[in-house]
Amino acid sequence: MSALQYKAPTSVDEAAALLAGASGEARVLAGGTDLLVQLRAAMIAPELIVDVKHIPELTSVSVEDGVYSIGAAAASAELHENADLFAMWPGVIEAMDLVGSTQIQGRASLGGNLCNASPAADSVPAMIAASAVCVIAGPNGTREVPVEDVATGPGQTSLAKGEFVVTIRLPKKAPRTGDAYLRFIPRTEMDIAVVGVGVCLTLDEGGVCTAARVSLGAVAARALLVKDAADALIGTKCDDAAMANLDAAAQAACSPINDKRGTIEFRTKVAGVLARRATAIALERARS
Amino acid sequence: MAKNHVTTTINGEPVEFLCETQQTLLDVLRDELQLTGSKEGCASGDCGACSVMVDDRLVCSCLVMGVEAEGSSIETIEGMADGENLHPLQQKFLENAALQCGICTPGFLIAAKSLLEKNPDPTETEVRYWLAGNLCRCTGYDKIIRSVLEVAAEAKGA
Ligand SMILES: Cc1cc2nc3c(=O)[nH]c(=O)nc-3n(C[C@H](O)[C@H](O)[C@H](O)COP(=O)(O)OP(=O)(O)OC[C@H]3O[C@@H](n4cnc5c(N)ncnc54)[C@H](O)[C@@H]3O)c2cc1C
Ligand code: FES
Ligand code: FES
Repeated sequence: MSALQYKAPTSVDEAAALLAGASGEARVLAGGTDLLVQLRAAMIAPELIVDVKHIPELTSVSVEDGVYSIGAAAASAELHENADLFAMWPGVIEAMDLVGSTQIQGRASLGGNLCNASPAADSVPAMIAASAVCVIAGPNGTREVPVEDVATGPGQTSLAKGEFVVTIRLPKKAPRTGDAYLRFIPRTEMDIAVVGVGVCLTLDEGGVCTAARVSLGAVAARALLVKDAADALIGTKCDDAAMANLDAAAQAACSPINDKRGTIEFRTKVAGVLARRATAIALERARS
Repeated sequence: MAKNHVTTTINGEPVEFLCETQQTLLDVLRDELQLTGSKEGCASGDCGACSVMVDDRLVCSCLVMGVEAEGSSIETIEGMADGENLHPLQQKFLENAALQCGICTPGFLIAAKSLLEKNPDPTETEVRYWLAGNLCRCTGYDKIIRSVLEVAAEAKGA
């Protein structure tokens, strides 16, 4: 029991060396809102915890030429208070803001939400729709990976031993681009998504959709990037016919679980409905 | 295994403590420092009874490691009254009987205080959302919400 060690490195290299050098299981600590629950429930038994919140890159937000770099461990409350970031990517920030209560918001991070690899993680479909990319550091340097390639299944990621997410990068937004995220939960607060849908789309001057990305959460073992759903919108003015095709494509992509919170049939139908509603919000944002 | 030595500030006073790595900040407050005002309702982030401020952010102390407190500034319910003078929220909770068993009360008070510092004139909806992470099994919430709104209204009138 008392073998558990805690380290709080102040640089990316130091953190990578600690994680790679651990003989047993090592865990990154960001906001701890998943990690501490899992520790307490004895679901995990690491020998080393590496707190990454003393590494400046992991907790800061910067913007260069329209590209946002968000520290993977920055608390959601700080992202929400960043008015420029919120105005640029309302879908991503609103999705993260849905996570937990005010107390959870004071600690929970995008990197933790992603790397915990819950299929229902709220920020993940929003980040995927926004074409977010992770900058991952490890003992052999850094690499960049699209957000959709990080989680591989419930609780599983593609990160190798010693690797961790440093920043999440949101690309420069094209003109007339809007993003949105919606989830269905049985209550209004403090619940896990039964279905989540992230949409990001771009219009030309005539209002025709030239690019789109649609991502579904909680309907498969990990968040899905659904190309057919995006294709239903591209080249259209997102009229009723396009919306019907989008709905059908979103439903076709679902392979959800059946549980007390939602049957397969219900989750599938709601995925189509939320895809349409999230698209309507993204459209409005792209137009304004 | 040696315990961790942590230097921190609690309710404005410098405090040092020793803790095991496994101990949460809530464990440390209650078991090492005898600051038992913060309560443990669930130990999983769901109930808010353990709410404290860490570096001016409202958090669940059951989801913070004790060792993480190094160098930080913590505010707990024990620091809310000014000596014998209760904070207006504490006074209002008493007047309105916004508590029964009282287990949830320290968490609600800390959370409500942080709301009013950020947003001195919240709507009822804003109060309800801000406090959605604080559970109460006794009062039915109405008296709590009304107390927070009344304190805000009185501060505005003053
Ligand atoms: C009461 C409550 C309500 C919640 N509600 C929701 C909800 O509505 N929606 C939702 O999606 N989630 C919810 N969660 C889950 C959790 O709050 C989120 O997943 C949160 O974003 C996790 O972030 P964190 O910073 O706290 O992660 P941590 O707990 O610190 O870490 C989570 C996991 O990711 C790993 N990790 C963290 N950062 C990195 C990194 N930079 N690189 C590599 N690995 C890393 C950790 O080792 C750990 O395995 C809730 C949790 C609680 C307790
Ligand atoms: S004891 Fe911390 S939230 Fe319940
Ligand atoms: S007064 Fe008993 S839980 Fe709130």
